[in-house]
Amino acid sequence: MKSGLFGFLFAMWVLIIVGGGIVVTILGPISIFGFGELDLFITSLIKAIVALVLVVIWILILLKIKNWIFKKELKF
Amino acid sequence: MIDLLAPAIISCVVAFAVVFVMTPPLIKILEKRNFAVKDVNKKENVMVVRPGGPAIIAGIIASELILYAFFQMNEILAILITTSAAFAIGYVDDRKVMGGWFKPVALAVAAIPIIALGAYDSDLAFPLFGTVQIPALYLALIIFMIPITGNTINSIDVLNGVASGFMVIASFSLSICLFIVQNYEIAIVSLPLGFVSLAFYKYHKIPSKIFPGDSGALTFGSMYGAIAIVGGVEIIAAVALLPAVINSFLFLSSVKRIVEHRQIKGKPVEHTDDFRLKATDDKKAPVTLVRLILAGGPMSEKQVAFAIFKLAIFSGILAIITAFMMGVSI
Repeated sequence: MKSGLFGFLFAMWVLIIVGGGIVVTILGPISIFGFGELDLFITSLIKAIVALVLVVIWILILLKIKNWIFKKELKF
Repeated sequence: MIDLLAPAIISCVVAFAVVFVMTPPLIKILEKRNFAVKDVNKKENVMVVRPGGPAIIAGIIASELILYAFFQMNEILAILITTSAAFAIGYVDDRKVMGGWFKPVALAVAAIPIIALGAYDSDLAFPLFGTVQIPALYLALIIFMIPITGNTINSIDVLNGVASGFMVIASFSLSICLFIVQNYEIAIVSLPLGFVSLAFYKYHKIPSKIFPGDSGALTFGSMYGAIAIVGGVEIIAAVALLPAVINSFLFLSSVKRIVEHRQIKGKPVEHTDDFRLKATDDKKAPVTLVRLILAGGPMSEKQVAFAIFKLAIFSGILAIITAFMMGVSI
């Protein structure tokens, strides 16, 4: 079980690094123009929505990894 | 760098000494007032006093005021105010049972001084890939971060010595990371948290003479979160905190709502005849880090605590690797 937990920690760390890459390379450069003073607001709103979607995907992946790593031990 | 040495040494000595000296009289005062709870993991009817938060916050305030006398940085003020507010929130919860939403909402309010004092940089730094500018989103991140770190440390405070011992490892790892990313002043500001935790661990380790209570655990967690924000090391701080994050993640993903531990019906852990800890098969009970550690078989409280510390050390090493990766870009 303990080695599984170390594996789970490592998987979370890898997901953080990969997630950071997605945020910096894809989410960061997004900017919307053509709405005048609302440009910044709309850009932030879209970034917030994409970030929330990424967090949900991140949690779903983690749940899959948790079930895969601990499938033998998790009787509860 | 040399001129930072004197404030660093003085603040660390004061942080350690205040908690080390103040905790024994605090234990006596709490015993006199009968502020004690049963230690549920002991075979005998052992009562342990709580909360240790007042000694913890005294050490933090004394050491950070010394650092403020040297540096006059808004960042120190922001950490002090946010941490003190978190202590007050925890103390209210220690004295009066509050609803599940009280702490997250109140801790979000406690994060406001960081924004008001402008003690943050809205660039979020990631290893290997560089930084991303998120001025509006970052404000939301600050508001969310303090409740998350506060409650994360609070949720791991389940066995003798775990919250303070875990904090020693996580906060010293964070300080090392701040030195690696060359944020020397905030690294020194962060050191008292490790020394306060270390001094408190002396009385909190198994068998506990005092519990930190919500006031102590929220003080630890909120100061950690505030340091992460003002130091611009949010991702590194999250990595060092991963075992506690896993605990909250497992708990929330199994319970599927924000709820106080005392409101949970099922028991995740029970005792064997020789009073070792054992995971239950109760499907209604939340999945926690301790329950996962025990899934391999019964263990003593001390063995579980050391298993958590080993995970914290592993996370600390990952955090240090992450700090080195901050200087590398692909």
